[in-house]
Amino acid sequence: MSKEIDKNNTFGARLKSGLDSFGLPRLIIACFLLLLFAAAPFVGCDLATQITNTVNRFSWNAVLVLAMVPMIHSGCGLNFGLPLGIISGLLGATLSIEFGFTGGMSFVMAIVIATPFALILGAGYGWLLNKIKGGEMMIATYVGFSAVSFMCMMWLLLPYKHPTMVWGLSGKGLRTTISLEGYYDKVLANFLQINIGKLSIPTGTLLFFALLAFAMWAFLHTKVGTAMTAVGSNPTFAKAAGINVDKIRLLSVVMSTWLAAIGILVYEQGFGFIQLYMAPFYMALPAVSAILIGGASVNKASIANVIIGTFLFQGIVTMTPTVMNNAIHMDMSEVIRIIVSNGMILYALTRKTEGAK
Amino acid sequence: MKKENKVLKFLGNNSVPIMFVIICAFCIPVSGFSIPYLLNEIFTRMGRNVFLIMALLIPIMAGMGLNFGMTLGAMAAEIALILVADWQIWGIPGLILAMIVSIPFSIALGTLCGKILNRAKGREMITSYIISFFINGVYQLVVLYMMGPIIPIKHTSIKLPRGYGIRNTVSLLSMRQALDNLLAVRIGGVKIPVLTFLIIALLCLFIVWFRKTKLGQDMRAVGQDMEVARAAGIDVDRTRILSIVISTVLAGFGMVIYLQNMGNIATYSSHSQIGMFAIAALLVGGASVDRASIGNVFLGVILFHTMFIVAPEAGAKITGDSMIGEYFRVFVSYAVITVALVMYETKKRKAKSAVGQQLEAEQREEESK
Repeated sequence: MSKEIDKNNTFGARLKSGLDSFGLPRLIIACFLLLLFAAAPFVGCDLATQITNTVNRFSWNAVLVLAMVPMIHSGCGLNFGLPLGIISGLLGATLSIEFGFTGGMSFVMAIVIATPFALILGAGYGWLLNKIKGGEMMIATYVGFSAVSFMCMMWLLLPYKHPTMVWGLSGKGLRTTISLEGYYDKVLANFLQINIGKLSIPTGTLLFFALLAFAMWAFLHTKVGTAMTAVGSNPTFAKAAGINVDKIRLLSVVMSTWLAAIGILVYEQGFGFIQLYMAPFYMALPAVSAILIGGASVNKASIANVIIGTFLFQGIVTMTPTVMNNAIHMDMSEVIRIIVSNGMILYALTRKTEGAK
Repeated sequence: MKKENKVLKFLGNNSVPIMFVIICAFCIPVSGFSIPYLLNEIFTRMGRNVFLIMALLIPIMAGMGLNFGMTLGAMAAEIALILVADWQIWGIPGLILAMIVSIPFSIALGTLCGKILNRAKGREMITSYIISFFINGVYQLVVLYMMGPIIPIKHTSIKLPRGYGIRNTVSLLSMRQALDNLLAVRIGGVKIPVLTFLIIALLCLFIVWFRKTKLGQDMRAVGQDMEVARAAGIDVDRTRILSIVISTVLAGFGMVIYLQNMGNIATYSSHSQIGMFAIAALLVGGASVDRASIGNVFLGVILFHTMFIVAPEAGAKITGDSMIGEYFRVFVSYAVITVALVMYETKKRKAKSAVGQQLEAEQREEESK
């Protein structure tokens, strides 16, 4: 009798610890998405189209989510300052078009031009974050906001001349959205694209993400990468082991900023437009919640977290509007998205995680 | 020599307000606004915003930083005002009723916020900031989908044409400036909303009195050092929750005053920027994350809103594009908050490193356990 209770207890405990490590919110979100997929055919949604949309959106956003990884690893927390990297990417994109590059070349040049901006801005940002250890997340948020609102002025003032980008009437000041047709619209997505009936898979974008993700994975297994993890999990120990903590943190911030710059370019090539002014403002939040949904915490993240998280998050974002609309004729997707993504961030922030304060 | 040092120290401690005085002194002549017009605008905006900003003071006292969660109070007030508008109770009685109705919502949201913040000690600000987004989602769920089928709304002027949910703007025309116009005094074309200022004065007295009460003293102790406060027998968690609840309730009242001045509710956006502007104004007045006084509130409102009024016009005159000034003032609001946060964190770190590396290492070890 007592043995049985014991068994029950251990089973219960194991189940509980398993649940704890997976996280209840994550479970709810995964089940919710599964339910959406299951319900889709019954309410008259075309499953193939749905999957295509989800995969497409996954491919646009995955690199932005990947940008979270280095900073989480080095203990800088969630990178709410993502807009700073996005701005470097936008500078690269607009300058590449301004200099007259077209087609696939404009994408390559956008990356090339964005890189120095990302390195410089990232270095400054990293230097600042090293000054204020412990308060990174809040300051990162506001650094991002300040940068975006500063660039709002710059988009108007910088002497851009290219007719596809500036306002037609006054001939100066960039438009709020710039079409990428004839530039790098879908350059990655169309590369080796697979089409089976209604199902289409943007192989090129996925490969590009896989390449970056693999590079990140490989980097985390190099000596510097291991040092980064050490700094994140125990700075005192890392210092004692002779690692230059500030330098590693700086490196992680620069990497994160650069990946954000690349991420926005990948996003744009999928989306087909460059969005300027206030558009980058809240772009950090979906990326942050995506990686958290994937199982990352404030100071732990892996490539698997990125993939799972982006898929779950984008799945919900794309599936809810259509399925909900067809099922109950009520579009609650926006509200659900706000509650799910911010709820996830809140959950992560309130978890007691070691080393993070 | 000594005097020079003092001057430097004064400049260093008040760099943000001084910078704003310079910006305003430069922009006012460029914008070309007349002085009575400016004074009129500033008085209006003072009446509109001071109460809201004061809601921030108590959490700062309790060491919880800038309460980005004051938006919760604003949302509670909006729900209350929508209900009161639907019940067709107008004028001063309507406003008072809205304040009363907002209290239970504010208390509920404030308690929730306080409880969550107690689980995220040390990162209250980012957490309260995310809470405001999260509750915004819940608010939209309530206002957009539940008002109509679940919460009865009678009047079609408030409801969306589809039969449920609230319109983008709810007119408060019959309450518009009811508070401001009663007992208003005009001096040379400058309208002074005396009653609103009287209410604000009452709140000032309340805050001064509150600091001296047992609860107020407890809050300051908690703000100084949580561990010491706990050792002294103060229920730290409860005190912190109370400070957030009081702040949320005050923010709710503040939002009612704000909206009666505006004359309508932008149902889905009125509250979204409230927290940011209130916090920026407070910081412009020379407050920091761990210290803020009533004086900071008034100085901040005057400087920040003067900048807000003149910046678009001055920007348009200088660059020929009115949007520049708009973006400039948004940029300045964010930059001020960023600078204040950075200054606070560096100061905290300096104080910490002064204790000595040895102690720091020990402390870190303990934290990491």
